[in-house]
Amino acid sequence: MKRFFSGWSLIRLYTILVYVFLFAPIVAVIILSFNPEQFGSFPMKGFSFRWYVKLAQNDSILHAFKNSMILGSLTALLVTTIGVPAAMAFVRYEFPGKNALNTLLLTPIMIPEVVLGVALLLFIRWLQQPKSFLLLLIGHVVITLPYVLLVVQARLVGIRREYEEAAMTLGANAFHTFREVTLPLLMPAILAGMLFAFTISFDDVTATLFWATAHNQTVPVKIFGMLRNSISPEINALGTVMIALTVSVPLLAGYLSRRFSRGGS
Amino acid sequence: MQEKPWKPWALLAPSITAVFLLLVIPVCFIVVYSFWLRAPTGADIPAFQFGNYQKFFADFFYPGILLRTIRVSLETVALCLVMGYIPAYFFYRSETRHKAALLLLIMLPFWISFIIRTLSWINILGDTGLFNHALMRIGIISEPLGLLYNEGAVLLGLIQYLLPFMILNVYVSLEGIDKNLLEAARSLGCTEWQAFREVTLPLSLPGVSAGCLLVFVLTAGTYLPPMILGGPGNDMIANLIFKRVIGTLDWPFGSAISVILLGLLCVIIYTYNRYLGISQIFKSFQGN
Repeated sequence: MKRFFSGWSLIRLYTILVYVFLFAPIVAVIILSFNPEQFGSFPMKGFSFRWYVKLAQNDSILHAFKNSMILGSLTALLVTTIGVPAAMAFVRYEFPGKNALNTLLLTPIMIPEVVLGVALLLFIRWLQQPKSFLLLLIGHVVITLPYVLLVVQARLVGIRREYEEAAMTLGANAFHTFREVTLPLLMPAILAGMLFAFTISFDDVTATLFWATAHNQTVPVKIFGMLRNSISPEINALGTVMIALTVSVPLLAGYLSRRFSRGGS
Repeated sequence: MQEKPWKPWALLAPSITAVFLLLVIPVCFIVVYSFWLRAPTGADIPAFQFGNYQKFFADFFYPGILLRTIRVSLETVALCLVMGYIPAYFFYRSETRHKAALLLLIMLPFWISFIIRTLSWINILGDTGLFNHALMRIGIISEPLGLLYNEGAVLLGLIQYLLPFMILNVYVSLEGIDKNLLEAARSLGCTEWQAFREVTLPLSLPGVSAGCLLVFVLTAGTYLPPMILGGPGNDMIANLIFKRVIGTLDWPFGSAISVILLGLLCVIIYTYNRYLGISQIFKSFQGN
């Protein structure tokens, strides 16, 4: 028993080291963003918000931020509008070719984003359309669709059919049943899907680099451009803002949903 | 609702249309374009010839990059497995109250942009980064070591990106194992190690193989870590596509390289699905 115990502490130590490996670089980004020095790296020479102030005064970065926010929000809206009905079809109905179609809709996960980027760009070029915001939007919808499907399907499985059937028996028509029963039950799944889509869109760089133009930059594309010179405290500051945004929103949402569900039961 | 057979199709129509129009057709376009010619003026000429593929396999330069992609992907898979199995096992067996929080932490990197996670290594490995700074402070070295712009740095970036995928896949598979089986093995006289080797390990293999496939596929199609953390000799096939399409605007050749990458992945995924089944892969995403 004693030997097992020591084995277990080794396992625990190993796990802690893996966590350090995963998070040390990210923590370094956050710490260094507060370094006031021009070529801010270790050692820290004080603590200042200098680079955050500089970010807030940089018009092209603010523009990229606005662009990313609008793009992420529209992607989230659009992809849940088409994805939630599809998820319902897969969970609630039996029809021929169901498995094949489910696999088809999940394939974007397995296709490298580089190929996706080239393919869509080539298609747009063939249609003689310029790179535009619309290209970014439809591209992000394709990238996020499989993730939204998976998340929404997983939640849908847990919602029981009986509630809808009860409403129907009590005289509600299909539309009423959906609005009054199914939709409220579905809301957490829809919100989870939207949140997921927003962060994927907001963070994406691999495919977006193919589709973005100088006028239609997102924040990650902007960071990529800034990296061309070298890493700077300004990049670290911008990275920290992005981390704060894309990490805190889902954490907050998870916390709120847990609180509400606890209050409800 | 069962009496309306058209209903699921109506619900599916928007998604299927989107995937067909924006994915299936564009990918077919790549295949068509890969047979086209590029005029010296830069215009693309419709044709049916294998020149782009011949160019790829003409000498050792491009196949070398293809082989390097496969090698780096396999190295990443192996390292992720070594680094990921034990933490997944820890989550499975641990009875700590903070298990949910620890699992959430493992998923946290998914929410952080890939480009930030990649560039964050410059802060650690760069000439003025944490590592060199610490070593010079202690006095082990007087000049910074060149830790960036080599394959090791690329691998670190790749592992940091892909390790959570591996851990989650293995964990989902471990979590599905009936713990009574372990107790049965123990009560029949197995040591802890034997119980692990004979019961837990074999039953976790579906998750291991799913994690390996996912890590391989994602590594083979990425260009960011080699571009940011690697040197000139560390390009992978996705970097080649990026350079041909964004840099030199050589669409037909870029398309041909894309088809070769897609072909490689198709062969791997097809073989995997044939023998092991693909559905396990998607389970780990649903845990989120």
